[in-house]
Amino acid sequence: MIAIVDYGVGNLFSLGCSFSAVGAEATVTSNPAVIRNAGKLVLPGVGAFKDAADKLKSSGLDLVLKEECAKGKILLGVCLGMQLLFDRSYEYGEWEGLSLIPGEIRPISERIPEGLKIPHMGWNALSLKEHPLFKYLGDPSYVYFVHSYSAVCPEEYVIASAEYGAELTAAVARGNVLGCQFHPEKSGETGLAILRAFCELKEGELC
Amino acid sequence: MITKRIIPCLDVRDGQVVKGVNFKGLKNVASPVELARQYSLLGADELVFYDITASAEGRKLFTDILKETAANVFIPLTVGGGINSLEDFDRVLKSGADKVSVNSGAIKDPGLIPKAAKLYGDQCVVLSVDIKRVDGAFRVFAKGGREDTGLEAIEWIKRCTGEGAGEVVVNSIDTDGVKKGFDLEMLDAVCNAVTVPVIASGGAGCIEDFITLFKTLTKVDAGLAASIFHFGEVSIKELKEEMAGEGIPARI
Repeated sequence: MIAIVDYGVGNLFSLGCSFSAVGAEATVTSNPAVIRNAGKLVLPGVGAFKDAADKLKSSGLDLVLKEECAKGKILLGVCLGMQLLFDRSYEYGEWEGLSLIPGEIRPISERIPEGLKIPHMGWNALSLKEHPLFKYLGDPSYVYFVHSYSAVCPEEYVIASAEYGAELTAAVARGNVLGCQFHPEKSGETGLAILRAFCELKEGELC
Repeated sequence: MITKRIIPCLDVRDGQVVKGVNFKGLKNVASPVELARQYSLLGADELVFYDITASAEGRKLFTDILKETAANVFIPLTVGGGINSLEDFDRVLKSGADKVSVNSGAIKDPGLIPKAAKLYGDQCVVLSVDIKRVDGAFRVFAKGGREDTGLEAIEWIKRCTGEGAGEVVVNSIDTDGVKKGFDLEMLDAVCNAVTVPVIASGGAGCIEDFITLFKTLTKVDAGLAASIFHFGEVSIKELKEEMAGEGIPARI
């Protein structure tokens, strides 16, 4: 069973439905016991980093997630949920994340030429590295993005990027901790193929 | 690079698509859910559901349809029609909409866009504007294009995007239904005034109209149309293939 962690941020309806569409059993929950018993975890999120990080901490779910990840449980952060995996974000200030992957969240505007619109919104092609999460994808693979900040982290953790005046981090992995900046639940067949691969991941296959 | 989006718009009344739809091999589809699924398979980048229901019962049917669509079609969904309050935003977002399009509601209550943007984020708030030339000026019309508000369109769009509208749908009343191409002059004026994505609507009659749009106005992000897709006059699949062939970034 997959636990979609509900900490009061965003609409989880589509995400839940997309797991059903690939035949997986997923439940939206804020219950620590359910999260601890789940086979895999999904950390969603839309909105502002600070609000989300605060809610995660005040609910105590930040510690539950860290403990479960330390035990090797597979976690996928989606959009803001991916950004929360990093050390810190500079969105309207400086805020601490979960520090599950080294790196920080910085404004896209620092890195792309003037004239390109922000947010980076719409369908963009992924430039993929070899990773089991992408085993069903062909080339090109388009996914749907909406974000104004992006992860800046050591190259070894980047498993996909998207070109938008600069190479923006599109997906990351550090062992069992995974994240995607785009919305797989809004990325048509490509997004579902990524979720299907996620459901099939085994703890031993990620290192 | 971000691709140019192609967006079919479905008018829904009492849970049914208003105009009959004729795809090749698929006659008179009235179910919005089935249509949405077909469009998604054909390569639509996003869908707009426009609620033209007046009654409360019809509205309930609309949200039921929206939920069922969101559970089965995994591309972004925008909802418009009858959005006048934050409660309306809440209702459609909880039923699976990703973005909410506001038109007359923003004219009636200028506080709606800033309030919604603060609550749900700019990316969630789409300003839809019906524009018509009056004495050589671009004027905002309300109530489905029937009422001249007296507002100057470019100023109105600048104000709304400054207050949190994350995207603008420009519907030219002058070219709507004429099928001789998008209103390039009007769209150019809007593109030069804003930094948010601009969606062109009104006037497309054939594939060439989209090619001309994206080649002439590189700042336009998306093209929206209804009947030409519904009646099979333009196939989304062929349109996107032609776009790619012309060097216009398209998701295929």
